[in-house]
Amino acid sequence: MTTLKSGSREKLQAFLDLAFKLVTRFFAFSVLALLAGIIVELFVGAMPAIHAFGWKFFVTTDWDPVNVKFGSVIQVYGTLVTSLIALLIGIPVSFGIALYLTELSPTWLKRPLGIAIELLAGIPSIIYGMWGLFIFAPHLADHFQPWLIDHLGPLPVIGALFQGAPMGIGMLTAGIILGIMIIPFIASVMRDVFEIVPPTLKESAYAVGCTTWEVVWNVVLPYTKIGVVGGVMLGLGRALGETMAVTFVIGNAQNFSISLLDPGSSIASTLANEFNEAFGKVYTASLIELGLIMFVITFIVLALSKILLFQLGKREGEKT
Amino acid sequence: MFALKSRNLIITVAAAMTVSTGAFATDITGAGSTFIYPVNAKWAEAYKAKTGVGLNYQSIGSGGGIKQIEAKTVDFGASDMPLEQADLQKNGLMQFPAVMGAEVLAVNLPGVKKGEIKLNGKILADIYLGKIKNWNDPAIKAINKGINLPDTKITVVHRSDGSGTTFIFTNYLSKVSPDWKSKVGMGTSVNFPVGVGGKGNEGVASYVQRIKGSIGYVEYAYALQNNMIYTQLESRDGTFLMPTMETFQAAAAGADWEHAPGFYEILTNEEGKNSWPITGATFILMHTTQDTPANAKEVLKFYAWAYDNGAQMAKDLVYVPMPAPVVKLIKQSWHDKIKDAHGNSVWN
Repeated sequence: MTTLKSGSREKLQAFLDLAFKLVTRFFAFSVLALLAGIIVELFVGAMPAIHAFGWKFFVTTDWDPVNVKFGSVIQVYGTLVTSLIALLIGIPVSFGIALYLTELSPTWLKRPLGIAIELLAGIPSIIYGMWGLFIFAPHLADHFQPWLIDHLGPLPVIGALFQGAPMGIGMLTAGIILGIMIIPFIASVMRDVFEIVPPTLKESAYAVGCTTWEVVWNVVLPYTKIGVVGGVMLGLGRALGETMAVTFVIGNAQNFSISLLDPGSSIASTLANEFNEAFGKVYTASLIELGLIMFVITFIVLALSKILLFQLGKREGEKT
Repeated sequence: MFALKSRNLIITVAAAMTVSTGAFATDITGAGSTFIYPVNAKWAEAYKAKTGVGLNYQSIGSGGGIKQIEAKTVDFGASDMPLEQADLQKNGLMQFPAVMGAEVLAVNLPGVKKGEIKLNGKILADIYLGKIKNWNDPAIKAINKGINLPDTKITVVHRSDGSGTTFIFTNYLSKVSPDWKSKVGMGTSVNFPVGVGGKGNEGVASYVQRIKGSIGYVEYAYALQNNMIYTQLESRDGTFLMPTMETFQAAAAGADWEHAPGFYEILTNEEGKNSWPITGATFILMHTTQDTPANAKEVLKFYAWAYDNGAQMAKDLVYVPMPAPVVKLIKQSWHDKIKDAHGNSVWN
């Protein structure tokens, strides 16, 4: 290199720069190509089912391989309901964890607690599933679910969600397990973004007499909202697509029931259960169409989170 | 140091390559039924010790086995559901039964002993249809006099994954209950009107052990290993039977293999007062025109050896070996049906 003249060296560097730019661009665009490829593949694979059922696929609760009648309501309901329960549990707990770790915890405790949360994220999902089935579900069946049925079951409207026998497995159990599973993801993202809030901002707020809660609500959260929403979306993405743990505890029944205590199915668990042994074009295609719906749901969730952030951004600077 | 290391590495890689190519030349490959896997593995171990030929069997499920053999990625496929003659011809396949097994109904009822409760096909179908909802239902009581049946809700447990076990079970229910046949039907996965689904035999077994008042169908070997409470079942001729090797073999003997084209025979609800009603065979699928006749011959040699020498191993694992007259028919069908590219029989 040192023997090269300076002119040719500049040329070489320009060439390297260009090559680097092209390579990184190629990587970036390959993501787009992959995405397009997956959508096209799913669409082509789902074609026989789209032909056979059309729009009815989205509104019927049939799932009958013998008579080749399929609809997606059971699986979509199971997927959305379990993910919603997971978020209801996951967000407040994660928020509490992140808040404690960044604002309230003594310094010597921050590291061990933080590492513990990251370790939780590394546990394979099948372990959660087996724990859920063998240890958690029996407790739920013996103690928690009978209480739900007796106390919430008779209520109007929401009572419909708490009907049935206390079996321990079902959509509620799957949702709770998912909630536990996504806590480490949301909590570690929240903690990381809470940590980057400039200390001067927080200290000024404390200086004018704010309580810890006021500092968090009015300073930390507005400053970190993009990261917080991102963390929640990461958790939601994991909850929507989680397969193994859900398959263990959701009950895998292809019968529609609105009750959270009844066994149901999610899109991922149906695919895991049935794809191997699916026979015939329309059956396989229906499973692929479920995959396509999953894709669309994920897309809608992402889009909604962007819109949410946009709305929050517009309100910035307004008086509160 | 570096040179030494890399030379060692080269030697290791070279050694690994010779081993793997050596194995590749003689190993037979198969895929499919999970039901046959334990006995296939046992046979393969003994066969390899004797002949040096190994078996690479992927237990991916019967449906997967059918797909793999149609795609010609394996030397043979294995399925718990026999293919019908038309499907065999369409894909250029032939099939033969390798080994038989049985299913039992496992229940979770505190205070009830193994084989104490009696069930028949009609009641079983009504339970799985959701018509009979409680263990003290008059229909169950009528054939279980003297047994204290609890006032417990029945929870039905079935397989959630597509499975030959489900096929055999729903085939039985379709034979004994017109209602089941018209409302649900038979298949490797069906739309069960009630109940919860467990993934695999182990999934069903763990649900049954977990949920009080539950009932589920599992392979007999599985019920034995897990020490589950199973029921008696009524045979087609009206006798109540315990699941034993004798009643399984009686069902196999009752089958008329000779007049079943393409060995299409599902061993449920067979005649004979000792025939266990939910019995089934696992079928081996092979192409009738072989691109690789040498591999095909190795597969046939393996199963010929298994029929002749593997019966005791199968019984030890609670499978039912094929009876000698049936084996004779099977070997004849190999000779008649499996040909190389020039139309010569692979098996002589």
